[in-house]
Amino acid sequence: MQIAELKDTATQVRRDIVRMVHQCKSGHPGGSLGCADFLTALYFEIMKVDTNFKMDGVGEDLFFLSNGHISPLFYSVLARRGYFDVKELGTFRHINSRLQGHPTTHEGLPGIRIASGSLGQGISVAIGAALTKKLNGDDKTVFVLTGDGELQEGQIWEALLFAAAKKVDNLIVTVDWNDAQIDGSTQHVCDLGDLKAKFTAFGWDVLEMKGNVMDEVVFTLTEAQLRTKKGKPVAILMRTEMGFGVDYMMGTHKWHGSAPNDEQLAKAMAQLKETLGDY
Amino acid sequence: MSLQNITYTDKKDTRSGFGVGIYEAGKENPNVVALCADLIGSLKLEKFIENFPERFVQTGIAEANMIGIAAGLTIGGKIPVATTFANFGTGRVYDQIRQSVAYSDKNVKICCSHAGLTLGEDGATHQILEDIGLMKMLPHMTVVVPCDYNQTRLATKAIIERHGPTYLRFGRPVWPIFTPAEDETFQIGKAQFLSQGSDVTIIACGHLVWHAVLAGQELEKRGISVELINMHTIKPLDVDAILQSVKKTGCVVTAEEHQMAGGLGESVASVLSQQYLAPLEMVAVKDTFGESGTPDQLLEKYGLMPKDIIAAVEKVMARK
Repeated sequence: MQIAELKDTATQVRRDIVRMVHQCKSGHPGGSLGCADFLTALYFEIMKVDTNFKMDGVGEDLFFLSNGHISPLFYSVLARRGYFDVKELGTFRHINSRLQGHPTTHEGLPGIRIASGSLGQGISVAIGAALTKKLNGDDKTVFVLTGDGELQEGQIWEALLFAAAKKVDNLIVTVDWNDAQIDGSTQHVCDLGDLKAKFTAFGWDVLEMKGNVMDEVVFTLTEAQLRTKKGKPVAILMRTEMGFGVDYMMGTHKWHGSAPNDEQLAKAMAQLKETLGDY
Repeated sequence: MSLQNITYTDKKDTRSGFGVGIYEAGKENPNVVALCADLIGSLKLEKFIENFPERFVQTGIAEANMIGIAAGLTIGGKIPVATTFANFGTGRVYDQIRQSVAYSDKNVKICCSHAGLTLGEDGATHQILEDIGLMKMLPHMTVVVPCDYNQTRLATKAIIERHGPTYLRFGRPVWPIFTPAEDETFQIGKAQFLSQGSDVTIIACGHLVWHAVLAGQELEKRGISVELINMHTIKPLDVDAILQSVKKTGCVVTAEEHQMAGGLGESVASVLSQQYLAPLEMVAVKDTFGESGTPDQLLEKYGLMPKDIIAAVEKVMARK
């Protein structure tokens, strides 16, 4: 897909995100908007996937969302990619919906391979899936996205230690480094310090990218794939802006987990062009 | 069917039954993958590792990561068997099991040794007595507590063949072997009747089944007709077996190496209170932590001996 097309797709995904959290008056728009370019690039350009969903994903690249609260983004990208009808996005967080507040396999939504929401577990799961790919002689790659505040969970560091020690080199971890979490900035809440030095010291091959610049996202993800199968797991420290694409949601952690009202929705829609048709 | 003919052939630890069982399962099924958090010797995994080194994952002392990796391994068809001590494989990683295994419906087998008081001298930090309760409360979770070496071997193979998240609980001490090496009556979710009786039903699991046998033999000598049930599967519970027996005997004693809260006894109490009211006495640990000591000293001090089961039978029969 051309960069312009990817940008248009990401813009539609952003519209979906804001509309989804507006209609159910809850959810997490901030991180969803910030990671929209990344997940669009991943599903529409980088990963080789079969939208005729099979849980085992043999012969496919796999993606795991560890920071499950950005589910509006995940659902929009999966629907736009063809895993399920975009109309279903309107059921997000409603009773009897497959689109639960946080992603789950429980309702059988195509594209979801693990429940997430309780933070810190996704990298471990991705490691397991990567090990199975190695055992099966499957040369595809396993991707996982984690938040930066999520790195405060201890299990993350168990997983980072293990992946390097055991040379899980078919694994690409991306950190959404937006410096924001519920109670404020990550520096204020519990400073992550020098993340690049930490990942490097743990034995990872570390890349950095600006996560809201589409051509850089595509370039860096491509580079990350080239660095797999070389004895080290690969990390991408992705600088994003929470709320990116909607001006009043940027530059604050306030929109981590709150939904816009009707007026705010209209303002956001005016800033995000309808490129693929609303659901 | 009387209890007088039941005797033990040998004594071995249940964890060694697990070690043989996982080796045999690994030999039969190339998808079986074992994981361990730095306790290979305690879990008796040596033979599996020696024969299938590529199918063993050593996570180091990082149980949360181990459970997550196990969940991920299922994606692509592996059958992961995550092993450690029962304390670290359940309580320490409850949320990982809840979200990544049970809620995600992953075919992960959590197989844990050193459950209960009988791990002995290490003391209460390691003597988990809440694990059955923790695991049985999770939707989708199967919970199996075999009674001896032979049954632990069979249970290990059976849970691996059966799809779904499962907790298998076993232990450290050398313990009498009184069930057959091959046993067609052993099925997950199906209670085993070790005797037929009409005065009292005793329902036990794990190591306490042997103590229930000893208690039952003594009670029979006193003229009390005992129906002894080995309830090796706590969940799904064989409700029909409980009701069938209690309708005949009219009272029940449960026996287990676990807290009274959350254990087998509480599951039985739930059935009785909702479907067939009958007096119940529970032989279990009564809302306390354990301590250091030999297994026998601990079972004595915390009231889990055959004499305690006998006392409970006398009490429950008087309440009929």
